Amino acid sequence: MAAAPIARSFLQVAATEEVATPLRVVQIEGLVMLKIIKHCKEFSPALVTGQLLGLDVGSVLEVTNCFPFPIREEDEEVEADGANYQLEMMRCLREVNVDNNTVGWYQSTLMGSFQTVELIETFMNYQENIRRCVCIIYDPSRSSQGVLAFKALKLSDSFMELYKTNNFTGEKLREKNLSWVDIFEEIPIKVSNSALISAFMTGLEDDTPVTQCDYDRLQLSTNPFLERSAEFLIECMDDLSMEQQKFQFYHRNLSRQQSQQQTWLQKRRAENMARKAAGEEPLPEEDPSNPIFKPIPEPSRLDSFLITNQISNFCNQINGVAGQNFSRLYLMKALHEN
Amino acid sequence: MATSEQTVLQFAPTATSVTLSAKVHPLVVFNICDCYVRRPDQAERVIGTLLGSVLPDGTVDIRNSYAVPHNESSDQVALDIDYHHNMLLSHQKVNPKEVIVGWYSTGLGVSGGSALIHEFYAREVPNPVHLTVDTGFRMGEPAIKAYVSFNLSLGDLQLAAQFQEIPLDLRMIEAERIGFDILKTTMVDKLPSDLEGMEASMQRLLALIDDVYKYVDSVVQGETAPDNIVGRFISEVVASLPKLSPAVLDKLVNDNMQDHLLLLYLSSITRTQLSIAEKLNTAAQII
Repeated sequence: MAAAPIARSFLQVAATEEVATPLRVVQIEGLVMLKIIKHCKEFSPALVTGQLLGLDVGSVLEVTNCFPFPIREEDEEVEADGANYQLEMMRCLREVNVDNNTVGWYQSTLMGSFQTVELIETFMNYQENIRRCVCIIYDPSRSSQGVLAFKALKLSDSFMELYKTNNFTGEKLREKNLSWVDIFEEIPIKVSNSALISAFMTGLEDDTPVTQCDYDRLQLSTNPFLERSAEFLIECMDDLSMEQQKFQFYHRNLSRQQSQQQTWLQKRRAENMARKAAGEEPLPEEDPSNPIFKPIPEPSRLDSFLITNQISNFCNQINGVAGQNFSRLYLMKALHEN
Repeated sequence: MATSEQTVLQFAPTATSVTLSAKVHPLVVFNICDCYVRRPDQAERVIGTLLGSVLPDGTVDIRNSYAVPHNESSDQVALDIDYHHNMLLSHQKVNPKEVIVGWYSTGLGVSGGSALIHEFYAREVPNPVHLTVDTGFRMGEPAIKAYVSFNLSLGDLQLAAQFQEIPLDLRMIEAERIGFDILKTTMVDKLPSDLEGMEASMQRLLALIDDVYKYVDSVVQGETAPDNIVGRFISEVVASLPKLSPAVLDKLVNDNMQDHLLLLYLSSITRTQLSIAEKLNTAAQII
């Protein structure tokens, strides 16, 4: 006979901290995908953002609706307008029973170069208010090749703690064992649809065996995309080499400063020996007012991490497209042989 | 006010309104279904505004929509007009080109209350389009219809409003781009990656080519009657392959492959560079 579970007093339950289940999957509705695609495509190549609404259930984050943000001009008064717009939209959507819960935001990107400091800042802002938020990135330029370029991103917890201390020196990073892959975490996406809409789509689907999606995928001319990817890659490598130079400069300065300190110390010691021999007070071995003892600030590694992330993203994209192109080329060859 | 679904009489309408037709984007259908699923318990149907634009050739392009809360009883209909205006302003902040082009309601036919609502929308827009989306599937298949209304009047006296159905074009291109298999099922476990998508497309292409093969074989053997139109299409397709000599084709293909291999090589070198840079940057400093 199983024993009855021990009843916990309310105080005990309230006292135990809730352990948040880690986010494992983001479940998007087809409606949200269509809305994001429409908004991003209408305004491309300008980058646009919008808000995601939904529910946070256990290890699944459900995104059930979204609304776009108007494009902000560089105006001071638009700040309040933006907040008003958001409140107005959420209030209106609540009246028609849409989930009123913000779970994150989405943004469009150009050629996959979205890892910027602004993204991290926005994440930190959101994280203050919402326990779990996610950012969905959509790339309209890749979707013209038939690939559904949606990505769900989240900052990793260890990175967030480090960012709060705003300390990106090499030592700290080694301590936490944090490298550039640990900044963003990508979460797998699932798509769900209500039964009604799936009935509609099943009924409305054309009978053609080939769809626009296939036309896009079998297109042979992907050269412009590859060219632009390669250009962006080169620019990023330039940025990375500049960051490397900064580090080199810092290291050189540091070693020069240290050698200066050593010579000064030796001189001091020699002086002290002479003074001791003469019977006078030895001078202190440190001199904080001397500029060579001023600690040189170490440059932050955050930028180089972000650039590294971008570069790896470009590499992945190029790999993907090149792989697709190989299959297309072989297909072409086979068609001609027949 | 009497309304009818089918055209009874063609009064002398103006030239443009007869050739009126409408295009609906799949997002609108999704929106409407979502609002219907979320409607409050006592409401039988959902009413909302359609946003879009009128194309230069007179076609109404319906691109977006939002639901408007309403109260309906047997003889009156009350629409929340403030809400409607607020949402319109909010939507126009994002996309000022989208204007009201009509309204929608779920349910199959056009009812008495609809005429009143239609009149309200007629005050905002000269010729609103009324879209009905049958969520009850009363006809056994999805039925989306669009109507425009004409006023039947005798001299100065308004008799009735006649709702005339206009041709509706469901542009499913955006839905096709995502792929119907993602939109059709209630749960998709993972988005297809690049190569998986390629594989699916190529399999479809292969199936099509097989079908054409079988058809041509059976025509040659005399099993099926030859159809000239299909034959012409097939010969067009085969002729559209560019005529290149094998040497030229080989060179083209090989050049392209070399280019891609070079890019792959560059990207792998870049990655190696990144990992080296990583090690150098966070290496312990020897003081």
